[in-house]
Amino acid sequence: MLYVACALIFAGLVFYFGGTIGLLRLPDVYSRLHMAGKLDTLGSLCLLLGLIAVMLLTEEAAGLLVAGKIFLIVVFVFIASPTATHDMVDAGMRSGQAPWLRGEERR
Amino acid sequence: MEQIILGSSLFLVTLMLLSLYRAVKGPTTLDRLMGMNAIGSKTTVLIIMIGLIFGRVEMFVDIALTYGMLNFIAVLAASRYLHKRGLRPMNETTGKE
Repeated sequence: MLYVACALIFAGLVFYFGGTIGLLRLPDVYSRLHMAGKLDTLGSLCLLLGLIAVMLLTEEAAGLLVAGKIFLIVVFVFIASPTATHDMVDAGMRSGQAPWLRGEERR
Repeated sequence: MEQIILGSSLFLVTLMLLSLYRAVKGPTTLDRLMGMNAIGSKTTVLIIMIGLIFGRVEMFVDIALTYGMLNFIAVLAASRYLHKRGLRPMNETTGKE
């Protein structure tokens, strides 16, 4: 269980790192939103599952309850994060921000 | 285990600083909103890690859930506002239309 927790936490940090690099380097708003929406959801999932494994290591009843609550946060993040990303893209399209095409300079 | 959680929370703080660069510099308003959303989703995880370090997880997990909900609602409200106002760069909003 300890190795599972360490592997999940490490995978979550790798996903968050990739998402942040994409947030800094990609050329326009929509591609950066794609990176932020996907990799934040996946990184949160892996890190929170790793923290659930850490809580299950303690082998107490209170730790089990906390693990259940962290799982509820996982469910909430899975509903909320794609909705928020979709809403930001929707706001960008409605307010007239044009997508980046190949050959244009980055903005 | 304590050292692993401490190190990974420090790494998360570094990633939050990198996202803050996008939130400060970002050319459009949507960039700033997205940077703050990325920081908020990292904070939700960081609060639980702080609880594990302090040994008070059962209190901090509720704070993390509330923070995630507040972050979600703030992003929804700000992007509904952008529907109406439009998406101009910051240097044009202060000057002439």
